[in-house]
Amino acid sequence: MEKKVQLSQKDINAVAWRHQFLQGSWNYERMQNGGWAYSMIPAIKKLYPDKDQQIAALKRHLEFYNTHPYVSAPVVGVTLALEEERANGVPVDDATIQGVKVGMMGPLAGVGDPVFWFTVRPILGALGASLAASGSIVGPLLFFILWNVIRIAFIFYTTTMGYKLGTSITKNLSGGLLGKITTGASVLGMFIIGALVERWVSIGFSPVVSKIQQQDGAFIDWSKITGDAEGIKSALEQYSSLGATGLNQTKVTTLQANLDQLIPGLAAVLLTLLCCKLLKKHVSPIVIIIGLFAFGIFARWIGLM
Amino acid sequence: MSAISIILVILVAFLAGMEGILDEFQFHQPLVACTLVGIVCGHPTEGIILGGTLQLMALGWANIGAAVAPDAALASVASAIIVMKGIGGATSSSDVINAAISTAVPLSVAGLFLTMICRTIAIPMVHAMDAEAEKGNIRGVEAWQIAAICLQGIRIAIPAGMLCAIPAESVKKILESMPSVVAGGMAVGGGMVAAVGYAMVLNMMATKEVWPFFILGFCLAALGQLTLISLGLIGLAMALIYLGLKEAGSKGGNSGSGDPLGDILNDYE
Repeated sequence: MEKKVQLSQKDINAVAWRHQFLQGSWNYERMQNGGWAYSMIPAIKKLYPDKDQQIAALKRHLEFYNTHPYVSAPVVGVTLALEEERANGVPVDDATIQGVKVGMMGPLAGVGDPVFWFTVRPILGALGASLAASGSIVGPLLFFILWNVIRIAFIFYTTTMGYKLGTSITKNLSGGLLGKITTGASVLGMFIIGALVERWVSIGFSPVVSKIQQQDGAFIDWSKITGDAEGIKSALEQYSSLGATGLNQTKVTTLQANLDQLIPGLAAVLLTLLCCKLLKKHVSPIVIIIGLFAFGIFARWIGLM
Repeated sequence: MSAISIILVILVAFLAGMEGILDEFQFHQPLVACTLVGIVCGHPTEGIILGGTLQLMALGWANIGAAVAPDAALASVASAIIVMKGIGGATSSSDVINAAISTAVPLSVAGLFLTMICRTIAIPMVHAMDAEAEKGNIRGVEAWQIAAICLQGIRIAIPAGMLCAIPAESVKKILESMPSVVAGGMAVGGGMVAAVGYAMVLNMMATKEVWPFFILGFCLAALGQLTLISLGLIGLAMALIYLGLKEAGSKGGNSGSGDPLGDILNDYE
């Protein structure tokens, strides 16, 4: 029997390491194809000693490819398993390899974008940013270290996992498992995005709706407060029972305060839904972004926001 | 700025530019990039504070599919350089940081155009890779990949170098002369821009099935006591519960009631 070529863990790790540069030559024609071929090179060298075979392998891995750069790791693993079989004489044709890549990249991107870009990174980023607000180096360090530990562990683990599962992963994925992961990730993603829209899309309307002269007893009568410790204590006691509106005789209500009583963040969610609509109508995101800034300057100029 | 600082800033800019496309180590995220610029210029605290503030703005910026998000790399590196130059003038350091934040947003849009140019230049580069592959020249394929990555690094390194070359005095003057309506309006716009990123993901994920979870997240987020981590855990718990119920529903759903919860309740009777 013919001697079998097998990829060692070292080869797989070499591919996984190079795979971090997947997006380097991202282009509008075939997107991540260059980076994909670049990652595959250590395996191609090992599996195909013959130059013609190497050329064929490089060419088939320069085909169109695009997905989330981290969840692409299991696709790499599966492809390695397929290439290994092919090198050992199993009839795996180009169409099968490309089919597996394309078949996996779409649904996996649907998992990777919400999980990494819109759950893990915002959470770690917000955590780091809140520590950084006081100028503490712990903030950036925490963000950078935690993120990279999670990322590197994920990439190396899933590449090896993909390789071990080999072709069976595609059956798994096309069956129940990937469907479940996608649904679960969408549930989590939708929930988090709902939360982020409320917290981080900040819109504040500044116009004053009403100014009411409050009755005696609804505000702190500063003329009766003495300047000593007793007076401060009395003012603080009144403040804690009256709340922020007790500081002045006139109660100022802004448009924003009224909107917040209705639903906090209502304007933010309406803006987000408007953006969804515009994007569906193929308005470029750049146009929307520039439009929002222009609107922001205009709104500040007329005193709306 | 000293010569060593300038060289190190350009190096940081190069790393940030590379990461702007690779999106792996996150050197392009404001929290990391601004801190690094701060450290090499000897004002780490201001760099960290700027990074933290910009990070909150950039949380929703992500490259999805073929769409390009506002560029965090140029925004963080350039605004950090502006802060480093502005420190020590008539303006207080917190005002300098605020002014730099308002410049960050137009910078991120400028960076976005630059990355689109790079992604177009990459087309002939992958054609060169095709040609090298045809010849069986593995080294050549690798070299073009590395060249493409460097191109993205240079995309940020050149503007950073140019900013360093501008004398600090004129940066200070520009900062002082910026009309407050423009700065304030940019801040207002910056608060809204995150909506575009969220909208992109919503369009990608949203189905009738999962919209209710968006509403839940939106309403629960108004409770200030819930931190993002606890919101994340609630979301995770809901995803698991939902999958469990869905599975239970499809198993016991022979009656075809289409109501998983009802089916479970019926099973108890």
